[in-house]
Amino acid sequence: MVSAGADGRRPGCALVTGGSRGIGAATAATLAAEGWPVGIVCRDSAAEAGRVAEAIAGDGGEANVIVADIADPATPDRIFAELEDRWGSVAVLVNNAGITADGLAPRMTDERWSSVLSTNLSGAFRMTRRALGPMMRARWGRVVNVGSIVGRRANPGQANYAAAKAGLEAMARTVAAEVGRRGITVNTVAPGLIATRLTENGVGAGLAEAIPARRPGTPQEVAACIGFLASERASYVNGTTITVDGGLTA
Amino acid sequence: MASTTLTPEAVEARVGAALIEFGADPGAISPAATWEELDIDSLDLVELAQMIEDDYGVELRESDIEQLETVADAVAAVIERAG
Repeated sequence: MVSAGADGRRPGCALVTGGSRGIGAATAATLAAEGWPVGIVCRDSAAEAGRVAEAIAGDGGEANVIVADIADPATPDRIFAELEDRWGSVAVLVNNAGITADGLAPRMTDERWSSVLSTNLSGAFRMTRRALGPMMRARWGRVVNVGSIVGRRANPGQANYAAAKAGLEAMARTVAAEVGRRGITVNTVAPGLIATRLTENGVGAGLAEAIPARRPGTPQEVAACIGFLASERASYVNGTTITVDGGLTA
Repeated sequence: MASTTLTPEAVEARVGAALIEFGADPGAISPAATWEELDIDSLDLVELAQMIEDDYGVELRESDIEQLETVADAVAAVIERAG
């Protein structure tokens, strides 16, 4: 049994995949502000991730950038070993890394289908699997998947992305039931339309009128929810999905 | 890994300590005791296998774990594979 420190935070560190921008970057900053040393994983945007880490350091936090492809089955061992050497076990895992490869189903290639499933779902599963052993030994752990309302509501052109995001929710529920009595929670956050680089490029244009909040959400609004699920305060929230969509799917 | 003493008695003591941590009744633990008798479930066995790998460098696959029914089975598996 690993007990909490004076600030209520457990020993070890947090790990955020896809942490170089958007929701991932905001989540890394949120967890760092909670006192966690944060490993920021990115595939090919090391410079951006470096700026996220610098901003965290500027605010008095600790962060380390690891460049890795989540779709590679060898990646989890390498990432976890590096963080365990530096800060101890990963106590908080945020599976945020995701890619899109849109196309209508009748013409969607196997490559587009499997590349999205491989990164967004299989990668998250392998990261979770690697995280659970140390979390079980510590009798404490937090896994938060970043899903999407697309996992619950149709979005033509994204059969692959929707399947992966729905899969994350199902995986979280099942794993939560398996390891819940070891003090580990596994949950999913399902953002709606969030102001990111994608929305800046016109994705989701016109959707704001359909959102009760009448605007896209911010990465920080999603990160706040993730920060809660990663905290001690959320100890009785397990195996569920919290939607953060300004009421879009209400 | 493999820093722990590798005698049947030492392995049995280590396995027993893990089982107590999982909630088994210390008085019920013996070489012949089955998982069912000790109220040890599949998640406990997964954690026991992880502990064995960390402490003894012995990898027990899921199919190996399924073959273990008693405390003595687990101890024998460690001794046999670590040797």
